[in-house]
Amino acid sequence: MFKQLKSLLGVLAVAAGLAVPGLAGEFIVVQSTTSTQNSGLLDVIAPRFTAETGIEVRVVAVGTGQAIKNAVNGDGDVLLVHARAAEEKFVAEGWGVRRFDVMYNDFVVAGPGADPAGVAGTGDVVAAFRKIAAAAAPFASRGDDSGTHKAELKLWQAAGVDVEAASGGWYRETGSGMGSTLNAAGGMGAYVLTDRATWISFNNKQDLAIAVQGDARLFNQYGVMLVNPQKHPGVKAAAGQKFIDWLIGPAGQKAIADYRIDGQQLFFPNAGPAATN
Amino acid sequence: MQNFAEEFTEAFRLLARLDADLLAIVALSLRVSLSAALFAALIGLPLGALLAVTRFPGRRLANVVLAALMGLPPVVVGLLVYLLLSNAGALGPLQLLYTPAAMIVAQTLLVAPIIAALARQTIEDLKGEYGEQLAVLGLGPWQQISTLLWEARYSLLTALLAGFGRAIAEVGAVIIVGGNINHVTRVMTTTIALETSKGNLALALGLGVILVAIAVMVNGLVFALRATATRTAHG
Amino acid sequence: MAEARVLPVAAAGIVLSRRGRRLLDVPEFEISGTGLTVVLGPNGAGKSLLLRVLAGLIEPDGGRVTWAGRPPDRARARRLGFVFQRPVLLRRSAVANIVYALKVTGMDPALRRARADAVLRDARLEGLASSAARLLSGGEQQRLALARALALAPEVLFLDEPTTSLDPASTKAIEDMLKTAALAGTRIVLVTHDTAQARRLADEVVFLHLGRVLERGEARNFFRKSAAPEARAYLEGAILA
Repeated sequence: MFKQLKSLLGVLAVAAGLAVPGLAGEFIVVQSTTSTQNSGLLDVIAPRFTAETGIEVRVVAVGTGQAIKNAVNGDGDVLLVHARAAEEKFVAEGWGVRRFDVMYNDFVVAGPGADPAGVAGTGDVVAAFRKIAAAAAPFASRGDDSGTHKAELKLWQAAGVDVEAASGGWYRETGSGMGSTLNAAGGMGAYVLTDRATWISFNNKQDLAIAVQGDARLFNQYGVMLVNPQKHPGVKAAAGQKFIDWLIGPAGQKAIADYRIDGQQLFFPNAGPAATN
Repeated sequence: MQNFAEEFTEAFRLLARLDADLLAIVALSLRVSLSAALFAALIGLPLGALLAVTRFPGRRLANVVLAALMGLPPVVVGLLVYLLLSNAGALGPLQLLYTPAAMIVAQTLLVAPIIAALARQTIEDLKGEYGEQLAVLGLGPWQQISTLLWEARYSLLTALLAGFGRAIAEVGAVIIVGGNINHVTRVMTTTIALETSKGNLALALGLGVILVAIAVMVNGLVFALRATATRTAHG
Repeated sequence: MAEARVLPVAAAGIVLSRRGRRLLDVPEFEISGTGLTVVLGPNGAGKSLLLRVLAGLIEPDGGRVTWAGRPPDRARARRLGFVFQRPVLLRRSAVANIVYALKVTGMDPALRRARADAVLRDARLEGLASSAARLLSGGEQQRLALARALALAPEVLFLDEPTTSLDPASTKAIEDMLKTAALAGTRIVLVTHDTAQARRLADEVVFLHLGRVLERGEARNFFRKSAAPEARAYLEGAILA
């Protein structure tokens, strides 16, 4: 029986050995958001970067809050999210080196075909939110501290609505990613704020359709920054900075603009000549 | 949901085409969960046997705690392992986060209590039956343990399959410590979660059916092996 | 290499209680020499307990047991055989069960199989050598358990009601094996509540009642005219309180 045990241990050692990292080539870990992942953008443009530099891009897509926390823990080399205030705080507190604009897209408000709040077709999102609250029409919120969630809360604030009081009633916080929240919104016949990229690539729209779009306040800016190697010496600073440079440089910006679903462009590159801090 | 049937069968068409991505995901799922089940057995079998055979103060409490650990939520295990393996955590320098190795660690911790608790119960029952006879033949405690483990091998195999089943079905632990990274740490359950969140419900369901089929095949294989072994070795 | 001995098996001042009831009270007791001793008595007399204490399986509350003057130890345990009321066999073939027991003793691998086969022949089980042990009939299993115990060539063999659940044919087969072993020099101590069996097998009888040895002596004398009134009553078929 011990002979069998020895060969079993051998097999296990090989299996474990194959599972140990470091046998692959060079790679960086990018902490990004579920909205970015659901849109499929990084799946398409990252390989272009890899082809040019040989550096593999491993994307961990979680809620913005978790992505930032992971970056604070040093569990990533690059942070790519869309929550400007949180990003600037991240850099100000020394966790990030420098923040750069990368691209933008916009948010839209999707809603049920029946349009109980009567907001379809309007271009004023704050007014629409006021009408939704007045009608107590169901609204599905991400509720997960993400960039989308933070943007949504700002709009409620501008509309003068106290959504905390309404939580559990017409205001429903799913605490999950964009796709899951869209699933829930469709199922509940609720309005929902979503980024256009996720919306276009989402395959379970059910009865939902775009109700409100085009308002300047629906502008959604993405920022990228390097995790500070001084705080976490393990960070792959050189490779990470390469990715950032590529992303805000002509090649990356073109790749972003080229990305389309059903002929529609989802993200609009806007890396400026000067970086913001 | 447009074209439910079309999207549902897409999963099986991918399989029939031997789609490279799908095969890689299936292979990784099996590798992670089988490894975890085996490592968990290496920990759990001796632990369970030891708890069954030795007497020590607080033994009953240990048994209760062990049984309770069988119900550890996968997402909690994932969180704990993440905190350990994170760069900000104690085992950060190992750089295991976001690798299959981290997923194996998390699932091993999840599954080991199941195997240990089931092994303990099996061995304890057997000890009642065999204990005196083995003592009278002159076997020492470790010899008794290994004899009882071998005697109970088929019940223990079922315990192992239970552990494997739990591992291959969970998503909470592997998604936190693995990160569901494309081509690196994406397994069947995390893919199903991802496709669901993208709204590709039918595809997700199809993948789910494939996952169940794989689990059935693994179990079937083990039972077939057991039948052969029984025939040849008078088990 | 000097053979480790276990005889004489001696007990002094043995007391054992459970839940406030005194189950064994044996100030002194010794097993030595040759022959077949039957420990007789009604149910609950403490016969099985006494056997287990002597075999080192149970620790008494008070008193001590010695094997050849020294306390029981695992190394010498195999010189002491024990057959239980219900046979305990491993999930393997009949001959494999015996080979396994021999393996524990450290016997040379080449000799193990030969010895196992020989013992099976003596027990008239050679036709069932490769059968699954746990699928044999009750009588065959017990014969196998006894054969396994004898394969180790013990100095003393304890048996705890080995034929209580067996049919007459199997009982006879077991009794024949025991008589042969006793004649060959193995010291045998057999617990039974079957008076007829005691008459058939015993060289010596120990009568136990309520945890005490009430009488011990040559079988012939015991059955013809026993001293203790309880023993007499028992032999006449009375149910002892």
